[in-house]
Formats: sequence, structure tokens, C-alpha cells
Amino acid sequence: MKLSEVRDILNAKVLTGEELLENEVNSACGCDLMSDVLAFVKDRALLLTGLMNPQVIRTAEMMDITAIVFVRGKVPEDSLVGMAKMKDMVLLSTEYPLYIACGKLYLDGLRGNQGGIVDG
Amino acid sequence: MDNTLDLHFTVDGSDFTLAGETSSKVKKTLNQLGFNPAVVRRVAIAMYEGEINMVIHANGGTIDVQISPERIVAYLRDTGPGIPDVEKAMQEGYSTATNKVRELGFGAGMGLPNMKKYTDEMEIETTVGEGTTVKLVINVQQA
Repeated sequence: MKLSEVRDILNAKVLTGEELLENEVNSACGCDLMSDVLAFVKDRALLLTGLMNPQVIRTAEMMDITAIVFVRGKVPEDSLVGMAKMKDMVLLSTEYPLYIACGKLYLDGLRGNQGGIVDG
Repeated sequence: MDNTLDLHFTVDGSDFTLAGETSSKVKKTLNQLGFNPAVVRRVAIAMYEGEINMVIHANGGTIDVQISPERIVAYLRDTGPGIPDVEKAMQEGYSTATNKVRELGFGAGMGLPNMKKYTDEMEIETTVGEGTTVKLVINVQQA
């Protein structure tokens, strides 16, 4: 799914990375626990989170995650946005809560990494 | 001929927001050297978890990285409290992190297990009251 579609589906504001919205993500992860992101996420994923501190950007960087959606209307401070910009990341902010934001993207075809569970 | 590149870093333990700077630098260096992205990612994640641990538990320390075409070895050294029970610390979910650290999205007891998961070899030398050294080895060929 293109990041521009993610933006539209979530009616999200683009905080940085406007020029990168044609990039694609293959899966998504909704998570406030960065330890779990580090443990389980596959690359080219979109991270949706309500957590806002520099370690979110840093975690994404280590995982090769290039786009983050902040949920519940959260907008991080400028220094954090600047840090993401330097790393060529896309930051979005949506009013939807985490559960709804994930659900909307899932319904529109962005599936997550199921952690080895196969749908029966 | 010696093909190894040695890097040395000091990790500031006073500011959690800075944790990860070293891993970020190493990741950049490895990318510039043209290592396979999958290898770089494994090094970055393992080192980052270790760096976070150093800041959370041990007030910082030093990281030495030896980069060669065959493997990447990192030594994370601190003079913190040491790990009283390494076996326990290796269990997923076991954590001694503070609530403050948890609020920042860490301290779920995944750090050391994650480091093991993403490396080919991991050794922990620790003495209570003196500090901890973690050696991480990532073989370049495997990924």
C-alpha cells in the first residue's frame, strides 16, 4: 500500500516526508512497546503508535521502518520531527485511536505480519 | 593483511533520549561499507538493545566494534551493577527496569533475548557490583 493511501484512509496530517508518499509498505504493526517492535516486526512495515519519544524514531531506524503513524491525534515535538526528516522517514498523525486506525488499514488491504499464525 | 576496522564509542548514560546514537552511527557506517542490509539490520537491533540496557541499567559505558568482511563483533562494556542472575535475565519477560523506562516503550524483558535472537554468538561476562561486558558476534556470510 502506498503511504499516500495510508494518509487518505486515516485522514492523516503529514508531519514530514511529503515527497516520500509514493513509497510502499507491505505490512503494519500497531504497538506502543518498542521492545516488541524490535522483537517481531519484519521490514518495510508501517508502525502505528501512541508513543512519542526519540526512541520511537530510533527503533524505527534500526528496524528499517520508514513510516510512522502517530495515533489519537498526537503530534510530536519539532525536534522529533526533525530527527525523522534527517533519516528520510515519513511521519503521519491521525485522530483515530490505535485500534481503529489499524482496523481501517487492514480492511483496505494492508495486512500485518501474523507472527507465524496461518488463517484457517 | 589486516582487514579489520575498529571503532570505539562512549555511551552517555545520563540521557535516555540519546540512547541509540552509537547504534545509529554503526548502522550508517555498515551501510556505507556496503554490507548486506539484512546483516546491518541484525547488528543494529542487537547493538541498540544493548545500548538501551547500558543506559537504563548501568549509566552508560563503552562500545567497541570490530568490522571485517567475515564478521562483525561488538563489545559493550559498562561498570554498572552487574547481572545477578544471567539465566533469569535471558528469559523473555523478565525485567528489572523502572516504570519510567516502561513508559518510554522499553523494559518489557525482551532486550537480552532479542540480542541473542539477532546474533550468531553472544557472551555475557558480569560481576555484581563491578559491571558487565556483552560480546555480540554477527557472521556476515549467513544472512
